[in-house]
Amino acid sequence: MAGTSDFDVAYVARLARIKLTEDEAKTFQKQLGDVLKYVEKLRQLDVSGIDGAAHPLPVFNVFRDDAASDWFTAKEALSNAPRQANGLFVVPKVVE
Amino acid sequence: MIGNELLALSIADLQSLLRRREVSSREVIDALLERIEAVDADIGAYLSLDIEAARKEAEHANVELPLGGIPIAIKDIINVMGQPCTCASKILTGYRSPYDATAIQKLRAAGAIPFGKTNLDEFAMGSSTENSALKRTRNPWDPSRVPGGSSGGSAAAVAADEAFGALGSDTGGSIRQPAALCGVVGFKPTYGRVSRFGLVAFASSLDQIGPITKTVRDAALIMKVIAGHDPQDSTSFNEPLSDYTASLGNDLRGVRLGVPKEYMIEGIDPHVRAAINDAAKQLSSLGAEIVEVSLPSTEYAVAVYYIIATAEASANLARFDGVRYGYRAENPKDVLDLYRRTREEGFGPEVKRRIILGTYVLSSGYYDAYYLHAQKGRELIRRDFNRVFENIDALISPTSPVPAFKLGERAADPLQMYLADIFTIAANLAGICGISVPCGFAELDGRRLPIGLQLLGKPLDEARVLQIAYAYEQSTDWHKARPPIASSLPKG
Repeated sequence: MAGTSDFDVAYVARLARIKLTEDEAKTFQKQLGDVLKYVEKLRQLDVSGIDGAAHPLPVFNVFRDDAASDWFTAKEALSNAPRQANGLFVVPKVVE
Repeated sequence: MIGNELLALSIADLQSLLRRREVSSREVIDALLERIEAVDADIGAYLSLDIEAARKEAEHANVELPLGGIPIAIKDIINVMGQPCTCASKILTGYRSPYDATAIQKLRAAGAIPFGKTNLDEFAMGSSTENSALKRTRNPWDPSRVPGGSSGGSAAAVAADEAFGALGSDTGGSIRQPAALCGVVGFKPTYGRVSRFGLVAFASSLDQIGPITKTVRDAALIMKVIAGHDPQDSTSFNEPLSDYTASLGNDLRGVRLGVPKEYMIEGIDPHVRAAINDAAKQLSSLGAEIVEVSLPSTEYAVAVYYIIATAEASANLARFDGVRYGYRAENPKDVLDLYRRTREEGFGPEVKRRIILGTYVLSSGYYDAYYLHAQKGRELIRRDFNRVFENIDALISPTSPVPAFKLGERAADPLQMYLADIFTIAANLAGICGISVPCGFAELDGRRLPIGLQLLGKPLDEARVLQIAYAYEQSTDWHKARPPIASSLPKG
């Protein structure tokens, strides 16, 4: 398991697309540092030869018919949009 | 029968009255709304009520249906068409659900009335409901204490007779722990037994919807309605349902119950320890055999959980970006600024912490060390349960190591709050089912604080867990106790 000293809250917050105030960054750095120190105890757990469980119970390969069915209309899908125009979601310009 | 006497009824008893036409569904709804009006300013269980729709549905209720004319409160993280679904977060300000979750569709088809949405920790992240960005919920047994969480609004509403029953969701104990702290019944089904479609996702491999009720029979009645396969949820089981009420009343002869020795740790409140020991004796006097068992990976469960749950949360909550629904930051410079400021202003501190932690454990260079390692730990925890269930029918333990704690007492230290879930978390990691039933009180500061007994059962063995819980409940009077708020109000 990696060390926790290299945990940089500001960097990870950027990856997570969350802006943090300086105060928040400082508090979270300490609090999450404590949590990471706590989870260090997993190092003691011998997991050699164990396959990870991504899912609690053995359910695999769930198929359904590829059939069309009614779902939201465009109007319903847009009903909660904070900004919309011409039946589309509006976002700031992405490509110059 | 009117007023508070009516409101204290279980769903099963209310159903009999409705079917004998001694009360109408409309009278029930009106009495319930009056009760909420009278007490919810003090309790803070509800975030929204859909009064007009509820009255209309009550007028046309078919009381012969399995839950005909019964109002059910819904944790505000489950979509109910036309109602808000805030997840107790500012980021879902103004959102109205354009569809019903599968569990809600099934409730409606059974005649139930989903009339109001209850408070929770923001996005179900917490153990005290103090992480709600919208409201403070108080424990009906002592208003200076938390109701537990994250389904604290649902548990408090049922305890304070502001609901006959409620739905909650349980990712690491969020149904069972608040049920224990509020003195009601909380049932977490096997992962995959109840469809998650329409439940706003926190940690998809752990989340399950389940009932919070006054009695075990009521939990079984709701389970009968909401359980079952759903093509909209590819993780839901395509297996036949058991009849959850049929085995209620069977005795416990031949039932073997395990007490995990790793669960009887130091740090358990002495009142809780005494109550669980008494409950074990009671179960034994009912015919059950009690044996000590070992779950050696127990001490790693909280660490495994907080890696897996936050990893999944960081991916699930990426959808809240100010584009398709909910809150959006003003005047963004560019699209990145829109995302970053929307999430800064919209999410509360616990949600931010968990997204950041989850992002870190999944990030390049750390994935193997944290996430993959935790998944392997999860497999070991699962194997622990599989092994003990070869020889026993269910496990017994406290639901929570402590009774309800004071508002604010743990809020400053996230790690201390995470440790509140120590007995409930492993069931979610292993995907098994479990229940919390009232098993006594702790007397603290002149107040009686409820204690919960947890029973954990094999995957898909819901009927057995309900049978054992029912036998215990019916041999005690704990579930009949009402919080002081119920008797302090004028009758009628």
